[in-house]
Amino acid sequence: MKVTVTVNGTEVGAEVEDRMLLVHFLRDAAGLTATNVGCDTTSCGACTVLLDGESVKSCTVLAAQADGSEVTTVEGLSDANGEMHPVQRAFRQEHGLQCGFCTPGMVMAIVSLLRENPQPTEEQVRAGLEGNLCRCTGYHNIVKAALAAAGTDAG
Amino acid sequence: MSILGTRVVRTEDPRLLTVGGTYVDDLRVPELENAAQVTFVRSPLAHARITGIDTSEARDEPGVVAVLTSRDLGEAAEAPEHAEAAEPEHVASDEELASSGEGGPGAIGGPFTEPTLAGDRVRFVGDAVAMVLTDGRYQGEDVAELVSVDYEPLPAVVGTEAALAGDTLLFPPAGTNVAATGGADAFDDSIFEGCEAVVEQTIVNQRVAPVPLEGRAAAAVWRDGKLTVWTSTQNAQIARATLADALKLEPAAIRVIAPDVGGGFGAKIGIDREVVAVARAAMRTGRPTRWVETRTENLVAMTHGRDQVQHIKIGGTRDGRVLAYRLGIDQDTGAYPRLGGFLPTLTSLMAVGAYDIPRAETAYRVLVTNTTPIAAYRGAGRPEATAAIERAIDLFAAEIGMDPAEVRRRNLVPPDKFPFKTASGAEYDTGRYAEALDTVLEAAGYADLRTEQARRRESNDPVQLGIGLSTYVEITAADATAGETARLAVHDDGSATVYTGSSAHGQGHRTAWAMLVQSELGIPMEQVTVVHGDTDLIPEGIGTYGSRSLQIGGSAVHKAAIEVKEEARRLAAEMLEASEDDLVLDTDSGQWQVRGDPAARLSWGQVAGHAGGDGLVASVEFKGDHATFPFGAHLAVVEVDTETGKVRYVRHVTVDDAGPVLNPVLAEGQRHGGIAQGAAQALLEEVRYDADGNPVTSNLADYAAITATELPSFELVTMETPTTLNPLGVKGIGEAGTIGATPAAQNAVVDAVAHLGIRHIDMPTTPERVWTAIMEAQKARGQ
Repeated sequence: MKVTVTVNGTEVGAEVEDRMLLVHFLRDAAGLTATNVGCDTTSCGACTVLLDGESVKSCTVLAAQADGSEVTTVEGLSDANGEMHPVQRAFRQEHGLQCGFCTPGMVMAIVSLLRENPQPTEEQVRAGLEGNLCRCTGYHNIVKAALAAAGTDAG
Repeated sequence: MSILGTRVVRTEDPRLLTVGGTYVDDLRVPELENAAQVTFVRSPLAHARITGIDTSEARDEPGVVAVLTSRDLGEAAEAPEHAEAAEPEHVASDEELASSGEGGPGAIGGPFTEPTLAGDRVRFVGDAVAMVLTDGRYQGEDVAELVSVDYEPLPAVVGTEAALAGDTLLFPPAGTNVAATGGADAFDDSIFEGCEAVVEQTIVNQRVAPVPLEGRAAAAVWRDGKLTVWTSTQNAQIARATLADALKLEPAAIRVIAPDVGGGFGAKIGIDREVVAVARAAMRTGRPTRWVETRTENLVAMTHGRDQVQHIKIGGTRDGRVLAYRLGIDQDTGAYPRLGGFLPTLTSLMAVGAYDIPRAETAYRVLVTNTTPIAAYRGAGRPEATAAIERAIDLFAAEIGMDPAEVRRRNLVPPDKFPFKTASGAEYDTGRYAEALDTVLEAAGYADLRTEQARRRESNDPVQLGIGLSTYVEITAADATAGETARLAVHDDGSATVYTGSSAHGQGHRTAWAMLVQSELGIPMEQVTVVHGDTDLIPEGIGTYGSRSLQIGGSAVHKAAIEVKEEARRLAAEMLEASEDDLVLDTDSGQWQVRGDPAARLSWGQVAGHAGGDGLVASVEFKGDHATFPFGAHLAVVEVDTETGKVRYVRHVTVDDAGPVLNPVLAEGQRHGGIAQGAAQALLEEVRYDADGNPVTSNLADYAAITATELPSFELVTMETPTTLNPLGVKGIGEAGTIGATPAAQNAVVDAVAHLGIRHIDMPTTPERVWTAIMEAQKARGQ
């Protein structure tokens, strides 16, 4: 079937299998490989993207379901001048990433979290990240990065 | 001022944060454009004989490139470039496959040799039986279902007791399930003579899954007699050696590239046999191949860690002096004894921990069972040693009624005894163990915590407080003598490139190595490119494991920088017609100057431009003489709801001393990650099997990988005691967390309910376990 999705502001259309997952549409059809697949049970959140502004796990959305929608991936977060988004900057400043595999999904989850709650407490950040696994950082610096980005123009 | 020791954010990050890393599945290089997707057909049974494999239906599906079994791969040594895979097939016997097998690094081999694909027997759920090559990603899963394998079930050997009983053998020609033994032939009870208090306990250091967020992955191209393999590994050079061995190719005919690697934690040391199979399939079919495992596949077929049953016995005087310690280990190594067979040697070596215990004895047995193979997982044998001795010390403290901090203080190796040879055979280089303990107690407010605990106990608060300690020492760069390589080239534009054998998978080597170059040469780190994980560019190297990178790989970079500096001094002297003795390098500006003549100066670019031949370059190998022994103290605070058994992990305070810290940002990150993984083992995580050997934790919905909600932020205290064993004075920090944190968290849970008469709860201290322990203690007290 034909699926058309606006990814990071650019329209991408492709003929795909009915069962194709949105994450594979992004990776294979749109050629944007930052969004990773980390599990097969919607548990790890590595594939988190924004679908019409809401964070979703793109391994649990069919490409067909996203037809006609707008998707933002981590590749679409920097501004027109290539300046990193405040959440990306906070991740670097606070060392919120090591191997980098969970990072794109983690960043998108925090962007979404801060839009909903611009001034979260540490506990709220931790609760908000329950669906995103990181094996390297012990979450310590990810939580710090989220709190550092809060209150900036992160949303 | 030197950049070393300062907080420097990583050079790796902008790319990872904006366009993402390039992991194996992300590679869009032209060579892999036409790559066939590899899907493994895996055994659904823990133990069975294979009596036949029918691949015809699978092979007839459109879009199927090949379906390969052990028979096809066993013949792959003389791989024709475009062979047809459709040969009459039958099942190859294990004996036939013995020489084709590849067990990865550290495999015991012999009668326990592991075939690349299963021969006439499968030995765990997830054992690879066949491989399907398809055009499409999803198609592979469909086609794998069409491969029909006839299994004749055999009784499954699950757990060390079943392995020892030996009623069923995994490798009948071996005649036993005991793959290796070591240590004392028989225990000698006389070591406990003179002890006023003796405690014994059997404890389980449970099996856990490493769960790097990127699972295993590999891609291979066979073209013009050269094999190129991209794989998610901690050690490109070891991977190349393994492939050369298994495929009977010259190492020079193989290029291994480790692109970005999404975590490893020891489980990506070298390569597993799937990678050999992916390479063989490319050679056999002439088609590029790519395999990226699913998480379920990862949880059943990537190696697991730990899995020891430990029998401990500790004795000493009633005034708190430990006199003797015994550690007996039954190491479950899963279906194939890979590196798992080596783990208990490290556990034995580190058995007595940070304590001056006069008498000790250890013994171990390595046992094969019908479960996923065991190999290294962050700490690899040392967390198991620390967990045992730290539990033993707490049991001893409880037995004599003394504060566990005080028992530790009375037995820690004193600072004036280094280098210190332990009763279990290790030689510790430097340490200030009691100081680390006192520092952590002070930072945590130990006395106040005990007061609060007493208050809750007195008021019979349903939520009790537990305080857990561990004072650990660990061995890092245990293979220091194997060394590491570095090549440093300074270019005529003033920039530099480091080629390092030490290949990172999240640790930040690119940042750290560039800092070393800037510190020594004054070339700004932004102008230093660090290359790793490509055997065409770096044919010799070891890679990253065992907390060896900075002390061995970093020392190699440091050594290369010094050699480059000396060569540059000679060149600059020639250019400026000055004496070498008068040339000074200003490491702030990166300029060569002649003493007393400020006008006579040269940039790195100018000096490099003057070098003939290969340019201004140094290739070195650094070898250490001896392992180093970092140490520290961890204190965990938990709350235990005595009505439900639920543990809330409240605080974690640590002192980790690995010598001078090159970049606190990186070192803290290593500590954080390790603490979380250690606490995860203590509190939550466990790989479990049912009695038939079926895994019941084979996806991330069932395996309790720790999340942000279950952890507090950590409180880190710095302490730096240099070693004399390398020029940087550094020890390893990567595994401190799992070694120190695990027993601290476990001890905290036991401590929270100690007043109820509980002395021990095995890990993970789940609500069910804790609640059961409370109920049993109540029953024992007749309540």
